[in-house]
Amino acid sequence: MADTPAISRDDVAHLARLARIDLPEDSLDHYAEQLGVILGAVAQVSEVAADDVPATSHPMPLVNVFRADVVRPSLTNAEALSGAPSVEDERFRVPRILDEE
Amino acid sequence: MGDLTRLTAAETAAAVASGETSAVEVARAHLDRIAAVDDRVHAFLHVDADGALAAAAAVDDARAAGRALSPLAGVPLALKDVLTQTGVPTTCGSRILEGWRPPYDATVTARLKAAGVVILGKTNMDEFAMGSSTEHSAYGPTHNPWDLDRIPGGSGGGSAAAVAAFEAPLAIGTDTGGSIRQPAAVTGTVGVKPTYGGVSRYGLVALASSLDQAGPCSRTVLDAALLHAVIGGHDPMDSTSLDVPVPDVVAAARRADVRGLRIGVVRELGGEGYQAGVRQRFDEAVELLTGLGAEVVEVSAPHFPYALAAYYLILPSECSSNLAKFDGVRFGLRVGEDVGDPSIEQVMGRTRAAGFGAEATRRIMLGTYALSAGYYDAYYGQAQKVRTLIQRDFAAAFEQADVLISPTAPTTAFRLGEKLDDPLAMYLNDVATIPANLAGTPGMSLPVGLAPEDGLPVGMQIMAPAMADDRLYNVGAALEAALLDTWGRPILEGAPAL
Repeated sequence: MADTPAISRDDVAHLARLARIDLPEDSLDHYAEQLGVILGAVAQVSEVAADDVPATSHPMPLVNVFRADVVRPSLTNAEALSGAPSVEDERFRVPRILDEE
Repeated sequence: MGDLTRLTAAETAAAVASGETSAVEVARAHLDRIAAVDDRVHAFLHVDADGALAAAAAVDDARAAGRALSPLAGVPLALKDVLTQTGVPTTCGSRILEGWRPPYDATVTARLKAAGVVILGKTNMDEFAMGSSTEHSAYGPTHNPWDLDRIPGGSGGGSAAAVAAFEAPLAIGTDTGGSIRQPAAVTGTVGVKPTYGGVSRYGLVALASSLDQAGPCSRTVLDAALLHAVIGGHDPMDSTSLDVPVPDVVAAARRADVRGLRIGVVRELGGEGYQAGVRQRFDEAVELLTGLGAEVVEVSAPHFPYALAAYYLILPSECSSNLAKFDGVRFGLRVGEDVGDPSIEQVMGRTRAAGFGAEATRRIMLGTYALSAGYYDAYYGQAQKVRTLIQRDFAAAFEQADVLISPTAPTTAFRLGEKLDDPLAMYLNDVATIPANLAGTPGMSLPVGLAPEDGLPVGMQIMAPAMADDRLYNVGAALEAALLDTWGRPILEGAPAL
């Protein structure tokens, strides 16, 4: 049995930052408790001795499925932008992407 | 004709083709039924009455013009809100996609339209298909037509409930860990997860790309087969789509003959942890299969008890990656842009906090953890090895049996709210259905009776090797016919009136 690291409030805050989810401060403890319980349960994968077993990432042995490199119809610019929260000059408009100096 | 909502899909198509009724009359009957009961069931997130009536009128026109109709022309269907359809919203049960109208049809949607199937609307689901109860929908839960205080299963509870409540004879679900089969089990309906790659995922908003598979929901095995035949088959738009012919599932459903077939009861999926009435109805169905001439054997799949743990590492890992695209830039919600002078990362964080519910948030963080440096090998890497062992268990079991069977879910429908804040208890609902997703093999759930202790439906799961989906339909149809003889009427005729 692998030792299950307890998930702290700071761990949750760190994971939330990595996942770009701005969690409210008062929810961190509850998530920490729940994630700890779930991780404790799923850690049992380590009980199975599988050193010589290959990993499976996909159920079907498919590799390199390519189509011919030819132009074909696709979404128009207007269609591609139709669901965007903000559009400018036929492009997705985003908030500033660089920090101010 | 009598009540058009009580017909099977096969009967409906025949009645439309013969002119006994019209596709428009059929569509109207179902829209009326939805209007009458869906305020209590809440199977639908969006009803497209105009679109449905137009599609139905097109079928009637085609018939009037003497054109050949496809086998499901004029049959109404409810589409899970995780598949894109132009002209109507696709929300995936999430606030983050509220009001989004996709600019393209999923391949499943396009094939349904081409076959003259009449799409009534989009059905409710757990957010991005994460859940076993539809309680994780941002738009409120769906209620089980057998008992409105109970869950309809999930994530495709809306699709199953629509079929069980006679709001539609057919529905499309998607199954990542049991989201077609478990709702079928707890609503007394039929649901099939095809072989991975058997139905295109193009336009299916991805939860876990190596596990997700769309499939049919219905009230009879034959109806599921007819729908499977319409949506199945190779699609160049999905690089994981199998370039092989779809097995003749319709012929298999009509064959319904299990004589000489070896049926394996999976020792690890049953017994302790399974409700007494579930075990009882399962055992009775096994006896029926024996009586029909099948050879029932017990098989062991020693790594199945680890499937749930492996799944709850693999799924969150893939989910945390797939759901990264919901960032408030290309579609859906954007929050907090005008508070201060935020950077794009701050807006992403605000948008995702406002847009994702608790379960999506939990699984994204779990996946982020499992994929982090230092934990990757112990969690995600080890889970992928267990996945290999599950596949080997299936391969060994299919040496001894042509199909495998188990109860679909450990219990009948539980009460709304009962497991909502206990993620682990919720996850256990999928303990019997998850192995097939990890292995990519097909599975069906069909009703085998009502549990004596609570009068609620019990499902049996049938599993077959990859690309042998036809075996599910053969065995399912044989058992269905024998059960119908025993009961004297379809199981849903015993559901309380809504």
